[in-house]
Amino acid sequence: MSRLGNLGARLYRGEVGYDFVAKRMLWYGVSILITITAIVGLGVRGLNMGIEFEGGAVFTTPKTSASVQETQEIAEEKSGHAAIVQQLGDGGMRVQISQVDTAKSTQVKAALAEELGVKDADINAQLVGPSWGEEIANKAWTGLAIFMVLVVIYLAIAFEWRMAAAALIALIHDITITVGVYALVGFEVTPGTVIGLLTILGYSLYDTVVVFDGLKESARGITKQTRYTYSEIANRSLNGTLVRSINTTVVALLPVAGLLFIGGGMLGGGMLNDIALSLFVGLAAGAYSSIFIATPLVADFKERDPEMKALAKRVRAKRLKAEERAEQDPSDAPAEGYEDRPDEDEDDESDDDAPATAAVGGQRDGAESPRAQRRQPANRSRGRGRPSGKRR
Amino acid sequence: MAAPKKGRRSTGAQGKPGRALLLILLAMVALVGGMFLSGHTKPRLGIDLAGGTSITLEAKSQPGKKDAINQTNMNTAVGIIERRVNGLGVQEAEVQTQGDKHIIVNIPKGSNEKQAREQVGTTAELNFRPVLTYAQAENPEPKPSPSSSGGSGKPGDKTGDEPSGTPDDKTGAESGDASGDEKATAGSSDGATTQGRAVTEGLRPAAATDDESPKPSGSGKQSESPKAPEPTPSAPAPEGVPASLQKQFEKLDCTTKEGKADAGRIAAQADDGDPTVGCDSEQPVKYVLGPVAVEGKNVSDANAALDQTRGQGWIVQMSFDGKGSDAFGKVTGELSKKQPPQNQFAIVLDGEVVSAPSVNERLVGDAEISGKFTQQTAEDLANILSYGALPLTFQESDVTTVTAALGGEQLNAGLIAGAIGLAVVILYLIAYYRGLSLIAIVSLLFSAVLTYTIMSLLGPTIGFALNLPAVCGAIVAIGITADSFIVYFERIRDEIREGRTLRPAVERGWPRARRTILVSDFVSFLAAAVLFIVSVGKVKGFAFTLGLTTLLDVVVVFLFTKPLMTILARKKFFASGHPWSGLDPVRLGAKPPLRRDRRTSTRSTDHPKEA
Repeated sequence: MSRLGNLGARLYRGEVGYDFVAKRMLWYGVSILITITAIVGLGVRGLNMGIEFEGGAVFTTPKTSASVQETQEIAEEKSGHAAIVQQLGDGGMRVQISQVDTAKSTQVKAALAEELGVKDADINAQLVGPSWGEEIANKAWTGLAIFMVLVVIYLAIAFEWRMAAAALIALIHDITITVGVYALVGFEVTPGTVIGLLTILGYSLYDTVVVFDGLKESARGITKQTRYTYSEIANRSLNGTLVRSINTTVVALLPVAGLLFIGGGMLGGGMLNDIALSLFVGLAAGAYSSIFIATPLVADFKERDPEMKALAKRVRAKRLKAEERAEQDPSDAPAEGYEDRPDEDEDDESDDDAPATAAVGGQRDGAESPRAQRRQPANRSRGRGRPSGKRR
Repeated sequence: MAAPKKGRRSTGAQGKPGRALLLILLAMVALVGGMFLSGHTKPRLGIDLAGGTSITLEAKSQPGKKDAINQTNMNTAVGIIERRVNGLGVQEAEVQTQGDKHIIVNIPKGSNEKQAREQVGTTAELNFRPVLTYAQAENPEPKPSPSSSGGSGKPGDKTGDEPSGTPDDKTGAESGDASGDEKATAGSSDGATTQGRAVTEGLRPAAATDDESPKPSGSGKQSESPKAPEPTPSAPAPEGVPASLQKQFEKLDCTTKEGKADAGRIAAQADDGDPTVGCDSEQPVKYVLGPVAVEGKNVSDANAALDQTRGQGWIVQMSFDGKGSDAFGKVTGELSKKQPPQNQFAIVLDGEVVSAPSVNERLVGDAEISGKFTQQTAEDLANILSYGALPLTFQESDVTTVTAALGGEQLNAGLIAGAIGLAVVILYLIAYYRGLSLIAIVSLLFSAVLTYTIMSLLGPTIGFALNLPAVCGAIVAIGITADSFIVYFERIRDEIREGRTLRPAVERGWPRARRTILVSDFVSFLAAAVLFIVSVGKVKGFAFTLGLTTLLDVVVVFLFTKPLMTILARKKFFASGHPWSGLDPVRLGAKPPLRRDRRTSTRSTDHPKEA
């Protein structure tokens, strides 16, 4: 753990780091691939809707000696679909089986009668409508649409529209992947699945917002410095919050993994598994997309901004100049650090968060790093020497 | 230097963390105590986990509406029943069609079954019809209790203000008295009962004039005439009443249950455009009613209220949508010009006249039904009215108990798996955060206790039922709650890496962590709020759980975790950066707090890093 703790510190200072933003095309590609697989899976296999959505058949049996568990096994075996079995007050069973039409219903009825040892005529078979009717679905869609609009407006105000757009794309990405996995695995979609999807929707946005909050803080006053481009600052901010992201994901995923693997293993199926699977896939996708998709997307959007373009230009020009000078007179290098100071003085925030030297260490070559590192303490001390340096 | 100064400031606010902790501990003790006192120590479980009652409703075919029982109407009925039984949306009741003409309603264990049965079965077709004429029910032996002639306006409820003055009131002294003060309800109903009896016995117009009405009588909200109309029990058919209807009217027996039921059927089946007859729901009074003036579907909302000003007890207030408002204004405007009894309109619910107030001026906006409501009956009626009428009439064909749809093993497996998951989470937190994990674990436990208690208490109060998806949602909420601590801890550690000591780090890390927590929880809460308002059924139940856990997250972090952190930061174990505290500056790679010359410090920091 101590190594992990050190890693946190080094991530924080930007000594180590993974260059999420620069390698974004790779991750975009991975995501597009997964999403396409999910969509194809969805298109080919389709979703296996449960009785709650599609309706099915309901069989009411007279009093039997079989237990609920046995009846359920029989019903599922004979019909090949998920069955819901409830015991009624008079000792009889109510067996609901999805995707059973009239013809099949007679067949299942006969099988049930035989297995349960009751007369065929005593079993009452009827088609049953969905309990999760169209109205619930329609209202849920309306609610989602309203929520999406509101959350985009909120994010556009609290952050900016680029982040809102990126968060939305990440959200769609997560939901598509989860639904696709569902289609591929072939689990029956139950209300539990839908609730799981809604939970993911909340979580995915939550996670993205936490990451964006760090990004916003890092990028404050970015135009007043010329050391880093927006992408570099975004990357640094990502690495800074990486520990938090990993910890949160682990903490959120562990109990769900428990539900999926232990709970599911104990029962070998059922609603618990349905929910846990959608949650597990969705939470993992949500954590992944906040880091690998959402933030790089924001960086992409931002770099198109004229202001940021100008900044990137300035940064490049400056680096070029520094390099030239370094070539001309290597001994002059330390002095270069001080040259930055006027900039730093103007922007306390970026001094605060974006400063650290080898922020972009992952992508810069070694020749530059030592100089950058030497520059750091100087800045630090300046910032720390002034009580008002840090503002909240 | 910044750090010590900040530190001193936070020391100045030392009383605060203790107070916040005390406050929330008190709240928790109160909640837990309340839970044990009320005896509801377990959350009410949904039908998937605990089973419940299953009610089967059969659509009754009505003569003249043969094709009424079709898929569309059944689905509409399912939707309406769903909203009625789910009231606040957290009851987790399930409604579905079965076969061609049955609807199954499953309600979780522990619901008020009787109430639910009444709620699902009532058709609740509401109409406003003008009264053409009315009469005392022709019955030689009226029962003494449900008595009084109907039809009069509310005693003394004059145009909102001035409840006492009823100068132009023919009803006379008694009504005036009754309305004079808060005792009105008691006074008027007492008086009326005796009065009413006299009337029914004698059926004299004179007596009737004197009568006042304790029976449910609707009234326009702002202005309602106290005017008791001249009842004309034996009067010849007024204009506009066709002879056939007059005959029907004469035959109508509103004194017996069967008679009322028959009358109800006649009235319920009458076309909206035709006049019809009807019985009063409580008094033996019968009416000839004009064509429907305002339809119940134009009622946009209904709610129960306790009428304070006029002392009528519980009433049901209705507001109309645009169309309803216009129609209501128009019909009251016309009625107000007419002579009694034709200045009354009847509120007809499922074929029964629940009230028939008289009007003396044009009314707009709201209407209300008053009567002998208790809080419960008023709320039930309001609930039924706000979700509209069923397109069909239903009869209960079967009521039975059902066992859990998922069986206990699902819940048990879920709980065991959740517990194992939680244990692993705790191990991870201890391994990573060491001493700090103590705060995280205590906060998590605290949050779990709060969630459990509140869910248990919400069972009996608003009928909140916990189903399996909600249990899973609560498990995910662990992650979101833990995230708040993690965000905060990481901030503190970042501050320590900057070279601060613990106490300033705790105080400086907080505002930034707080903003992150608030911004992200707001998004979750927004999702919960929108879904709760817009959606129905299980989605609504989910939204409720999400909103609840999000709010609790904020409460716990603000009132528990932060104060606890502040207090523990003073302890030597944490403040000195003990290796097991999780806040060891060396381990965190903090920069040494002392600096002399820039160059020197440069070298000194470079060294440990490279080592």
